[in-house]
Amino acid sequence: MTATTVDLVDYADATRRYDPVIGIEVHVELGTLTKMFCPAEVSFGAEPNTQVTPVSLGLPGALPVVNGKAVEYAIRIGLALNCEIAETCRFARKNYFYPDVPKNFQTSQYDEPIAFDGWIDVELEDGTVFRVEIERAHMEEDAGKNTHVGGATGRIHGAEYSLVDYNRAGIPLVEIVTRPITGAGDRAPEVARAYVQTLRDIFRALDVSEARMERGNVRADVNLSLRPTPESPLGTRTETKNVNSFRSVERAVRYEVSRQAAVLDAGGTVIQETRHWHEDTGVTTSGRVKSDAEDYRYFPEPDLVPIAPPRDWIEEIRAGLPELPVARRRRLQGEWGYADAEMRDVVNAGAIDLIEATVAAGTSAAGARKWWMGELARRAKQDDLTLEALSVTPAQIAELQGLVDTGRINDKLARQVLEGVLAGEGDPEQVVVARGLEVVSDDGALLAAIDEALAAQPDVVEKVRGGNLGPVGAIIGAVMKATRGQADAARVRELVLERIG
Amino acid sequence: MTDDLTRLSAADLAGRLRSGEVSSVDATQAHLDRIAAVDGVVNAFLHVSTDDALRTARSVDERRAAGEELHPLAGVPIAVKDVVVTQGMPTTAGSKILEGWIPPYDATLVEKIRAAGLPILGKTNMDEFAMGSSTEHSAYGNTRNPWDLDRIPGGSGGGSAAAVAAFEAPLAIGTDTGGSIRQPGAVTGTVGVKPTYGGVSRYGLIAMASSLDQAGPVTRTVLDSALLHELIGGPDRRDSTSIPEALPAIVEAARQGATGDLTGVRVGVVTELTGEGYQEGVSARFAQSLDLLRGLGAEIVEVSCPHFEYALGAYYLIMPSEASSNLAKFDGMRFGLRVEPEEGPVTAERVMAATRGAGFGDEVKRRIILGTYALSAGYYDAYYGSAQKVRTLIQRDFAAAFAQVDVLVSPTAPTTAFRFGEKLDDPLAMYLNDVATIPANLAGVPGMSVPAGLSDDGLPVGFQILAPAKADDRMYRVGAALEAALETSWGGPLLDRAPVLPTALTEQEG
Amino acid sequence: MEPDVATASGPTRMATMSTISRDEVARVAALARIDLRPEELDRLSGELDVIVDAIAKVSEVATPDVPATSHPLPLTNVFRDDIPQPALPVADVLAQAPSAEDGRFAVPQILGEE
Repeated sequence: MTATTVDLVDYADATRRYDPVIGIEVHVELGTLTKMFCPAEVSFGAEPNTQVTPVSLGLPGALPVVNGKAVEYAIRIGLALNCEIAETCRFARKNYFYPDVPKNFQTSQYDEPIAFDGWIDVELEDGTVFRVEIERAHMEEDAGKNTHVGGATGRIHGAEYSLVDYNRAGIPLVEIVTRPITGAGDRAPEVARAYVQTLRDIFRALDVSEARMERGNVRADVNLSLRPTPESPLGTRTETKNVNSFRSVERAVRYEVSRQAAVLDAGGTVIQETRHWHEDTGVTTSGRVKSDAEDYRYFPEPDLVPIAPPRDWIEEIRAGLPELPVARRRRLQGEWGYADAEMRDVVNAGAIDLIEATVAAGTSAAGARKWWMGELARRAKQDDLTLEALSVTPAQIAELQGLVDTGRINDKLARQVLEGVLAGEGDPEQVVVARGLEVVSDDGALLAAIDEALAAQPDVVEKVRGGNLGPVGAIIGAVMKATRGQADAARVRELVLERIG
Repeated sequence: MTDDLTRLSAADLAGRLRSGEVSSVDATQAHLDRIAAVDGVVNAFLHVSTDDALRTARSVDERRAAGEELHPLAGVPIAVKDVVVTQGMPTTAGSKILEGWIPPYDATLVEKIRAAGLPILGKTNMDEFAMGSSTEHSAYGNTRNPWDLDRIPGGSGGGSAAAVAAFEAPLAIGTDTGGSIRQPGAVTGTVGVKPTYGGVSRYGLIAMASSLDQAGPVTRTVLDSALLHELIGGPDRRDSTSIPEALPAIVEAARQGATGDLTGVRVGVVTELTGEGYQEGVSARFAQSLDLLRGLGAEIVEVSCPHFEYALGAYYLIMPSEASSNLAKFDGMRFGLRVEPEEGPVTAERVMAATRGAGFGDEVKRRIILGTYALSAGYYDAYYGSAQKVRTLIQRDFAAAFAQVDVLVSPTAPTTAFRFGEKLDDPLAMYLNDVATIPANLAGVPGMSVPAGLSDDGLPVGFQILAPAKADDRMYRVGAALEAALETSWGGPLLDRAPVLPTALTEQEG
Repeated sequence: MEPDVATASGPTRMATMSTISRDEVARVAALARIDLRPEELDRLSGELDVIVDAIAKVSEVATPDVPATSHPLPLTNVFRDDIPQPALPVADVLAQAPSAEDGRFAVPQILGEE
């Protein structure tokens, strides 16, 4: 690969002078037990070519049969994306030669997707909501996996040969295609990222896929074009593949904006092509030329009959849909009474489930947030862990706050108790007892300490009787010290004032 | 005794097996001996599975001796067209590109045959990938018509038809996409049936045109076809296009038809499938058969199916298009032939192209290119898209016709068997052999060819009977009735008049 | 498939339909991954031209009001339960491979595609 300097325009500058339009294609691997068109078992990490049947190997004479569960999952996804579900749809053959496609055609859907005309709202980090229109969601099958052997980098160019494993061939996929996403302006990269993240959350909530980008369960291809103004016609777009993380999605869009702006600034034309994202170097490079003349010769799949999902089946699926992440967040925010900024912080920290569980165990929403977003967040950062990874459970936090609420311990003591819990010393109650961290509630003991403190600072009595309440704090402080913080400061104050008279 | 056994119909042989008069081993050996004696000349078989067949025969004899309840056809040997996948047995589809390929699985119909205990004698010759009407496009040499060894046995299933006509097997399996069972039946004086589309599972049939292909029986009698059809047919969960219901009562219909009463049966002669373009002798035998049907009480009327004139065009668009996609998998990567380019870089793309260039014959290349062209961007609407519409029109023609009559009839093929090489240089002339059989495949309706006598050139002529979809029993009834009447008029089966084939001396006799 | 616009497949299409040039055959053969020798290309072009001419008349009756039939029988909703069945033994899978290594199919280097 010859090294050429690629001109780039500063991102902010580029988005001032050009309007980016993005399009995103997401493929999600469905978590069914068997493949889309044959009953081969699907599981991660199997030995190569141990999960194929004559059908998924593309042997002569084999015929596909549709996995009903995959259809159900596809409908679930369509409904969650506010799509219409087709009254009738067919599969189609997409014909092209490639060693990882055993039949040299992919059974997919062409002009009759199972779901179409939908939308989802994505929330950006600052709370801005952006609506993404969904053109379609359709069913198709995955290809096998090529491993390139030989050559310098092990990637395709310069490889001596390839080894093909067909375990993945035939796994059910749903492909979701957006309509051109306009109006995002300089926030296009964020929108792209948020969109993919939102989809991932939806897939998990629907339980239709493990949805791990790093495992390839969710794959995104990002399309981008620039135009001078939002009123201009759409420009030439590139498609960028190998975008393997949310971060890559955002970075790839940014890069392409900069790169295409430079091409256009120089008076050139953007080549309509497929590009490859490199996470390590942060650039896209040219792949194959994406011609619409890539002639796939689509025609209806004759080996499969049409799918006409009965309306009552669709309603049954709709009724069974779980609450989706965005809706759930809104509901919880309302229930908990958090401000928008507070809720955002909770979401970004990944603390929703933890807080929800803590509230369910009896804590107030405010109390739960105080712990998880306060002391525990600090602790997690310090130990370089996620909140979930900390050695404390929502039930334990609820118990801890409960001890404070009943006055058994105070906030300061609670932090010490928490230390103990995190250190593995047991539940909060156990730690309190083991470390003797209870608040002293015996007035007698408190009075004794008060008298001692008063005796040590005789002039306080006179000053207080004289109307100056300031020095009371010093007495309280002395008592707290004497009791190692295990006194209820408010009660001490009461008793001190009583004592002084 | 050897000759006797091979001259029996499958039903008769089955009867003798059931009664214990004959063992399956003897019956199977008799046919293997016949194959050894004549197949050097006929070349119907690409592979003879001696050990496998005798093993099955022995097993059936043992099970029968143990008093086990067996399938009516158990122990009756059968040949299978080489387009059907057989586990552990070579399957070539008549092509060099699959030379030596041993499938790791059985077609559904083969599973049924094995489960019923029919010894498989071997795989029969065919036009490469079922593309042809003469078996001249096989990569493994011609099969000769037992009636005249200088003539074609029809195609694509010439091997199965010749095997049955030469008494090398009482039963054979064929496949029919545009007439590949029926037309060989017609030119070899045998019975060939294309079931209703979906009536027999396609799982394990090396696909040519998925929406047209059907497997079916190749036999010497109508009853034998009904018995075999019943064995191999029925719903199959592995074929999404298979009919989910049980077959109609075809065996009963065949038996009933043989009693000779067709009172009240309305028979429609398709205007567009007679007349000019049909050999005089073919038309003459057809007319005589109609007379016989009339004599049995049938009412004969003429029916027009006006869109049948577009059937050939629609077929030669739909079939190559689907075939071009179905044959894409033959690329040298996972199985079969792999050929490297003689010069230049050895890349996957170039190996695929070199393999397919070397492994496919002319007719296959012709059709793949035609089909790829028809599906190309910009051409889809005018070609494939239009052809699918013609299909609708042809289905409507059939529906309208069947509103007036119970079955439709025509000569099966326009001519008798032609000589080798006569039509090889003119693909279009070759395609015209299928003009009468193609409409049934496009519509999915069942069709049967029954021997109707000899033309004035002394060669067999076929009579085609078509029925509505899922009404296969109707065609068996009419076919059986006609067969019975014809054989009475001939004083015996037509094949009794076939020339005696030269036999090779067997080594053990030397 | 493009929407059924009769005008797009009208007279202009008819004129070009019955000629399939040698170049066109070469292009299609490449699309179909079939190497043709020059004499094969010549012969095929001539044959295909005749055939295409003969079948072109289907568009005469294929008017917009006629629906297309993709399946001969009106079946719908044929599904399979999501229950695993035994896979092919891996030895069988690889037994017929022209070349295999490490339990996988060895294929020549792949260029030009992603």
